Amino acid sequence: MRKPRVAVYKFSSCDGCQLSLLNLEDEILDLANAVEIAFFLEATSDISPGPYDIALVEGSISTPHEAERIVEIRKQADIVVALGTCATSGGIQALRNFADADDYALKVYQHPEFLDTLATSTPISDHIKIDLELWGCPVNKYQVLEVIASLLQNRRPNIPNYSVCLDCKRAGNICVMVAYGTPCLGPATRSGCGALCPEYGRGCYGCFGPIPNADLSPLLPILTSHERHPGEVVQLLRNFAGYAPTFREAADELLQEGK
Amino acid sequence: MKTNIEIPALARVEGEGALYIRLKDGKINDIELNIYEPPRFFEGFLQGRFLQEVPDITARICGICPIAYQMSSVKALEKALLVNVTPEIRALRRLLYDAEYIESHALHIYMLQAPDLLGHPSVLSLAEVAPEVVKKALRLKKIGNDLLRAIGGRSVHPVNTCVGGFYRWPRIAAIKSLKEDLIWGLEAAKETVRWAATLEYPELEIDDYEFVAITHPDEYAILEGEVLSSRGIKTPIEQFEKRYLEKHVKHSNALHSHTSDGTPYITGPLARLNLNYHQLGEEASEILAEIDIDLPINNPYKALIARAIELVEVYAEAIRLAEAYNPQGPSHVELALRECEGAAASEAPRGLLYHRYIVNANGSINHAHIVPPTAQNLARIEADLWAFAPRVIDMPQEAATLACEHLVRSYDPCISCATHFLELSIEET
Repeated sequence: MRKPRVAVYKFSSCDGCQLSLLNLEDEILDLANAVEIAFFLEATSDISPGPYDIALVEGSISTPHEAERIVEIRKQADIVVALGTCATSGGIQALRNFADADDYALKVYQHPEFLDTLATSTPISDHIKIDLELWGCPVNKYQVLEVIASLLQNRRPNIPNYSVCLDCKRAGNICVMVAYGTPCLGPATRSGCGALCPEYGRGCYGCFGPIPNADLSPLLPILTSHERHPGEVVQLLRNFAGYAPTFREAADELLQEGK
Repeated sequence: MKTNIEIPALARVEGEGALYIRLKDGKINDIELNIYEPPRFFEGFLQGRFLQEVPDITARICGICPIAYQMSSVKALEKALLVNVTPEIRALRRLLYDAEYIESHALHIYMLQAPDLLGHPSVLSLAEVAPEVVKKALRLKKIGNDLLRAIGGRSVHPVNTCVGGFYRWPRIAAIKSLKEDLIWGLEAAKETVRWAATLEYPELEIDDYEFVAITHPDEYAILEGEVLSSRGIKTPIEQFEKRYLEKHVKHSNALHSHTSDGTPYITGPLARLNLNYHQLGEEASEILAEIDIDLPINNPYKALIARAIELVEVYAEAIRLAEAYNPQGPSHVELALRECEGAAASEAPRGLLYHRYIVNANGSINHAHIVPPTAQNLARIEADLWAFAPRVIDMPQEAATLACEHLVRSYDPCISCATHFLELSIEET
């Protein structure tokens, strides 16, 4: 049987999600036996042309060139996986989407005409149809492995979509919001990190993005009542997954109320 | 080479860049290291954020060296706030930085640069012929990631660093349980140096290098220090932007740095080793003496050897710090907010990383300025390519292309870092 051909692509990002693949130190050699790594620039200069069975796409779309390139990748790949919070929500660089002249002081490049960027940073799914999303800033490398394994086995990947709160309860973490009054996005954020921030005594900053169909309106007044400095909750929401609709709308709601 | 060298997408580097070497009348006419990695405007959106968010946000500039970003930012903010951390906090920061060096250097030595020296397209194809070497490399790297996880919860964008120290002390058992791995790693790192010394590197001696690294009176500087140049110039951090200047050039989404004399300089493992080798610990000094290499090293390809020696240094230090780890007192210092400004530099695995912040009385960031290592090296890489050009002309096309790409790779360029800092300009319409 022919090995499935996998391509790994980078768009606007920090490379951390691709690195999660290289950080599979115990599994990477087996993985390289199970699939053909046909395109993975960060790892190999050996480039084998498409079509590919699976494209793992890291990063958001933030330049005109990227907007064209992702369309080409869709044509080349059978299954496209958006890998990480940049790819699924636009990432931290999507903070530019909220910018206006009031927020950012006018700044002048030495030569702004040298740059070619879009005004927004947007998720892959705004540009092409995608087959799977994997959230996380960075992604959980074992979830990446699960996605690849499930595709090889022609089954649905087992990726939980409950909230970080459940992980905290399982781990026996003390609730940082109840015990210490620390604003925490855990109730609204996807599981995947292992409830790391609460385990370290700090509030979740939502880097795995919102859980599906979350309604944040009951949570927002509790969060804001715990603010330690003005605007803390809006900043917490407008963060690594700040352009994901659930977080975006919640932050907008708070800003509306403030006005 | 008979035709132009065109590498539209550099492989085995962090981020996106291209290399063009164009001929005219049989001579090299133009060399262009084109950085097309999209700018992400970090300095723009740091404005207005609360200062405690800065280490989490700047970490996202680079997935390979998030600790460097966390450390330069917390050091700069602590300097601004007049905060002094306890010796225990400082020691744990050194250990955390050692972990990042282990992960990043092992990655670069074995997975990014070694395939060039051994004639392979990747570590995966290398694994087919030399599985033991690759398994050792993966374990060397994994131990760094395990240590990062023990201290910060995860290896990419760990969550434990804050301005003032750490959110909580890592569990003693989690650190101590890595002892055997670290001891194995130290020996494997020494073997890496011995192996690196036997490899055949392309011949290229650059005689006009200006090496720039931070230096510290008491230690091989990684976490903090003043800026030292091989021209004998020592610059306090507060003066950094006066001596080291950035210029926006047309073919690059990254700024290019020069000294105030207008000349390029080199930062990274070669600069650190050449300037600060006398402060290496016992284990790294011994292995340096054993391979009997002349310093300064002026061949950019041999940065791999410098990296390997540093791998010994950080493994040895990690063993010492892990053994001594017995945290006392609070894990972070309380902050008193005030209107202030502060700058700091630390040594990312790939070179000097400078941060400066202006903070409001309420703790929000008014201005952020970041100078990443790769932006500082870009002008120097192009100058190296020019120096290498006469030799390239006589090579077969494929060998010429590989040698040039290898030269760029030997700098361990972190292109995502290099482009993050362009400031977003929004014009009212």
